[in-house]
Amino acid sequence: MTIADLKQSSPDSKLPRVNWAKIEEAENFAKTVKLYRQGKIDKDNFRRFRLQHGAYGTRMTDDYAMVRIKIPAGEIYPAQLEKISQLSETFSIGSAHVSTRQNIQLHWVVLEDVSEIMRGLTEVGLTSREACGNTVRNVMCSPLAGVCDNEKFDSTPYAIATAKFLLRNPLNQNLPRKFKFNFTCCEKHGMARIADVGLIPETRELEGKTQRGFKIFLGGGLGNKSFVGHQLEDFTSDEDLLYTSIAVLRIFDRMGNRKNMARNRMRYLVDEMGWDKFQNLVLKERAIVRATQSVIVKLEVDDTPNEIKRPISVSGTDGKQTPDGYSRWYKTTTFKQKQDGFRSVFVTLEAGDITSNQLRSLAQICRDFSAEGFARNGFNQEIVLRWVAEDDLPRLYSRLLEGGLANSGSLTMASPIGCSGTTSCNLALTNSHRLAKEIQRKFLELKYDEDEELRDASIKISGCPNSCGQHEIATIGFYGGGGRLGKDMYPNYVMSLGGRSDGDAMLGANCMRVPVKRVMPVIFKIIEIFKKNKKSVDTLSSWINRIVKGNEDSEIKSVNDLKKILSPLVVPPTKAEDEDFYQDYGTDTSYHTITGKGECAA
Amino acid sequence: MHITIDADSLRSEIRDKSVRVIDVRKEEEYKKSHIPSSVNLPLANLLSDDSPEKVLKLIQSLGIDDETHVIVYDDTFGALASRVAWTLQYLGHEDVSLLDMTYGQWTSLGLESDQKIPSYESKTHSINLHPEIMATADYLEKEKEKENVILLDNRERLNFLEQHIPGAINIPYRTLGAPDRILKPKTEIKRLLENRGIKSNGEIITYCGSVGTLSGLAYYALKSVNLPNVKLYVRSFKEWKDLKKPIQKQEHATYWDLSAE
Repeated sequence: MTIADLKQSSPDSKLPRVNWAKIEEAENFAKTVKLYRQGKIDKDNFRRFRLQHGAYGTRMTDDYAMVRIKIPAGEIYPAQLEKISQLSETFSIGSAHVSTRQNIQLHWVVLEDVSEIMRGLTEVGLTSREACGNTVRNVMCSPLAGVCDNEKFDSTPYAIATAKFLLRNPLNQNLPRKFKFNFTCCEKHGMARIADVGLIPETRELEGKTQRGFKIFLGGGLGNKSFVGHQLEDFTSDEDLLYTSIAVLRIFDRMGNRKNMARNRMRYLVDEMGWDKFQNLVLKERAIVRATQSVIVKLEVDDTPNEIKRPISVSGTDGKQTPDGYSRWYKTTTFKQKQDGFRSVFVTLEAGDITSNQLRSLAQICRDFSAEGFARNGFNQEIVLRWVAEDDLPRLYSRLLEGGLANSGSLTMASPIGCSGTTSCNLALTNSHRLAKEIQRKFLELKYDEDEELRDASIKISGCPNSCGQHEIATIGFYGGGGRLGKDMYPNYVMSLGGRSDGDAMLGANCMRVPVKRVMPVIFKIIEIFKKNKKSVDTLSSWINRIVKGNEDSEIKSVNDLKKILSPLVVPPTKAEDEDFYQDYGTDTSYHTITGKGECAA
Repeated sequence: MHITIDADSLRSEIRDKSVRVIDVRKEEEYKKSHIPSSVNLPLANLLSDDSPEKVLKLIQSLGIDDETHVIVYDDTFGALASRVAWTLQYLGHEDVSLLDMTYGQWTSLGLESDQKIPSYESKTHSINLHPEIMATADYLEKEKEKENVILLDNRERLNFLEQHIPGAINIPYRTLGAPDRILKPKTEIKRLLENRGIKSNGEIITYCGSVGTLSGLAYYALKSVNLPNVKLYVRSFKEWKDLKKPIQKQEHATYWDLSAE
């Protein structure tokens, strides 16, 4: 045994800072499922109850559910990763899914087993409560909060405090519709403008003191109809954070549309009422809240800094050679923290899927390498290991390699988002999930992750016009539907271009329909045209941005020009000419659309 | 009879020489090291011909008679051991238990192991078959239509969704095991079955992919909470398919694509 083998003695696991769990809820869930099966609770009431507890319906069946485990602010501890690993192996399909909203989902769980998962989660302080249904969903926080160079301060404690205040709070048990809070670190990272309430840390000088606060954006969100949020005021102090949140929730609760399922998110209320009027209402309501709330109602912001303790290690390599692919991995998955000598590693997954074995090894890797002792779920279906010392990265890479977790590209265009699609979702029209994986594999094979000009572009895919795959904020976005030639149907996506979620947030412009088996050729063609027409400083994202805004002066001046060039690629062949064209990924039968009842608004 | 035996009890029984321990791993693994005094009966040897006459010869040659207390272990979460234990019980051997952990767990606890290969004098064993713990395809096909009969598929979830015997419900073998024991504690298994609406008064038939190992483990999980009427469809889904009997599938979903394997 060499010294290198000895040095990695595991420090004790860090304990979660909040216990989100409540064991009675598991017991109650088991009881309620029994009553439902005995016919003593009707279907609608049971569905409401089930969603309130984080169990979502599954495609074309009442026998299975998806359990959505909330990871507030994305903070996930090694013991929690291990427990989820065990639960996925025991009650699900042996893999878990990391969502775009920092949840971890277990699919195809027998409804009668859901309570056992809840029970297991309580052992590690996690809950699925209010992960679905008409509630405040998982409170998100940028995975870079605390390590981002551009941030004014670390918003994580505020995100956690907000989640803590709202979880199981009567205020949020029966809203007109779901409600989303997103905290970010800065303008660039995160998604403040596409949530019901989006928050960016901000400070101001007041009487010689620096005061903390936020830029708050309201009424944004993606969906069948998407909106970019409006900024409430220049600066909302941290003392007003809770009052503002309560005020907005109360207005939504009171005035949100409870009749029309398709228009009951808060963004429609804002849209219908007009921003000025809504803004006024919020400010007035906040004054009332501020005046009437008891002084004991406040956010418990635990601002104690995380203990940063680098796991014991000696520097550099462990005598072994750094494996091939290290520099590519380093370049495309790691982020330089504002703290000298540390990086955050975005572990590349395929459309957010991770096996139970990989979860288990990731837990140990986190203990061995992260100086903050826990991991974070990202916004792009990935898991982030932060506070890794630069010197430890080659060994970390080797360890990820052993676990099949060392793919490159998580921070590039080569990691498309794909919602669950027909793999489990009742509403899905196409297998968006598999398409994302197919594109990722092809991109990595072609080493597109290493292409700097593609790096800041993104591909996001939804399996239906709803936006779980967040296609509207992608450089190249897709949502699924059906196309038809004569009587034959084929999976067909609508492609949009130029979406983004940063400070210049805008929704993608619809370009054209692209049959599923032509999606990759179309993407490659776009890249080819870009390479031909770009200016020296261009990235794909900046080039498309100009086209969408009509500011481009090369031969491609508009989305329409692009469409003209791409059109020949999307002409459907007859079924006799190309049968594969008529099949979606993951099936060997001809395509037809079939959907069940959605539960987003149940 | 106890379904499982813990390490301490087994060690004291080994010291008392009051037990025959069967290691069902492959011969080369057994030769490397095994629990002291254990004999080797690789599952594959047993399965090559598991007619009662052949099994009888095998166990007699291992020095097992009607009265011998037999303990079986493996390194495959108890599934292979279960299949061997069940075969003995089917033959009429009453006193057989499973070690409650795998050999890997045994050694990781630092418990003693040995390379010595013991030899025991051949013994005479009788045959007294127990058809009430076995199900054939024909039996199953008729029986499963009855109201009080539950058909349990113990394969992993995705395999089950892909295809299963019509009417079966799925409890994957992993659901019944614990991280450090081959079976979950009884209270947990009881709760799990109660949640699933599986009542103790009915008949339960278990099956898995091919030779009745995973479903053998499930057989013992159910026996551990005293369910009286459990049968193992020992030829399992492989035979069912070979016989071209009806198969059910979870349609209209591409669940395989959720797996990161």
